[in-house]
Amino acid sequence: MDFSWFSEYHPQLWLAALTTVQLLLVSGSAGFVLAILVGFGRLSKQPFIAWFSLSYTNLIRGTPLLVQIYVLYYGLGSLFQDMPTLRDSILWPYLREGFWYVALALTLSVGGYLGEVLKSGLRAVPKGGLEAARALGMPRLLVIRRIWLPQTLYMLLPTLAGESVMLLKSTALASTVAVMDALGVANLIRNQTFLTYEPLLIIAGLYLLLAIAIEQLFKRLESRLPFRNAL
Amino acid sequence: MKSRMLTLCCSLSLGLLVHGNAMAGTPLKIGLAAEPYPPFSTKNSSGQWSGFEVDVLNQLCREMKTQCQITEVAWDGLIPSLQSKKIDVIFNSMSITPERQKVISFSKPYYYTDSMFVGRKGSKLDPSPAGMRGKTLGVQSSTVNANYAMKRYAQSASIKYYNTQDELNADMAAGRIDAMLLDALAASDFLASKDGSALESKGLATRDPMFGPGVGAGLRKQDTALKQQFDAAIDKLIKSGNYDVIQKKYFKISILPK
Repeated sequence: MDFSWFSEYHPQLWLAALTTVQLLLVSGSAGFVLAILVGFGRLSKQPFIAWFSLSYTNLIRGTPLLVQIYVLYYGLGSLFQDMPTLRDSILWPYLREGFWYVALALTLSVGGYLGEVLKSGLRAVPKGGLEAARALGMPRLLVIRRIWLPQTLYMLLPTLAGESVMLLKSTALASTVAVMDALGVANLIRNQTFLTYEPLLIIAGLYLLLAIAIEQLFKRLESRLPFRNAL
Repeated sequence: MKSRMLTLCCSLSLGLLVHGNAMAGTPLKIGLAAEPYPPFSTKNSSGQWSGFEVDVLNQLCREMKTQCQITEVAWDGLIPSLQSKKIDVIFNSMSITPERQKVISFSKPYYYTDSMFVGRKGSKLDPSPAGMRGKTLGVQSSTVNANYAMKRYAQSASIKYYNTQDELNADMAAGRIDAMLLDALAASDFLASKDGSALESKGLATRDPMFGPGVGAGLRKQDTALKQQFDAAIDKLIKSGNYDVIQKKYFKISILPK
């Protein structure tokens, strides 16, 4: 075991770990919002919305995440090639970065997978409570906010923890489009030092620590909920 | 006394044998990797080797007045074959690196490919470390270019590392990076293609010890006489202008080592 490279590369390693966490937080929170929409969409009585939500989850769950990232990154990239005005616009600093493509792909993915989970959760909430709330004259959105969603999420917390860990591990795909996330920097160290095990072991440990942190966070949430005024 | 004479005789004749081997009598066995590496060494349909390196090799052999015989060896078997005397010379685009110099010696370099900066056509890009301040520079990782970018540009530019040259080319064409640093021969091929049509050369990287001295003929460390022959022949080939004739046949840019 040779860790002499650590002193030279550790600033990059921390930055990379930060990038991984940022990807996780951005796509996790945006994906969660999308998943709620998809979940309700799947239960919608409007045929078009129900069909659209179903097609969306089928599309997302039926294609590999890596393919989705490539389609977004290289597919859009080849379109941008013929749009010189775009390259001079203020949006370009964001559009050129692989980070935002991966974040978008992960968000869409979370929306698809978690949306399907939420649909089942929403359906599993006992009807009685919801009907009682309606009978008391609560507006529809308030019912969702105060009763339906909190009960669903409380029920789903263990699943949410699992999905978050899955998302953490999916962020490693970012390295395939030249984003310097944890795996990306490990590959760089591997290529520059010709050492294979040491950098990979370090980032494996890093992912493990992050996964444990996520599990702990959800465990604490589980022991504290339900709040009296959840959401 | 008698036994001492015998030893002397033996060593003399052995010495003659070794000497004779390197000279005109038996042909010099030249190791080439069995796979084609165009445009340096390729095998045509009739089994004949051709290419830039083969042309240079033929000229060198003529210069040294030796017969050369090409022997095909696997790329990773070249150095072991040289050491076990299955071949006498490696002449196969082998870069001179400190690691290899620990086990074999090299002639002086007979070609050197520069590294080239490529950027968008018409963009004002100064590829010096100061000029690249705040810009994004792409390189393929685990190449001399990546080492060079990391050491010279990490302070001013942000460097993006790609696993393959193809991915780097795609991002350069899409405008996601401001410049890329790559092998000049690969660059001129890419610039001539449709995908690279909106790009142009922004100049060659300054020659740096980090890029190494170039490609030389690999020789056994003890064959110092042969190394001198090769060095002299390479010098002559370059001075006579024949080297230029050969390289113009294959390349648009000069790969003459300096």
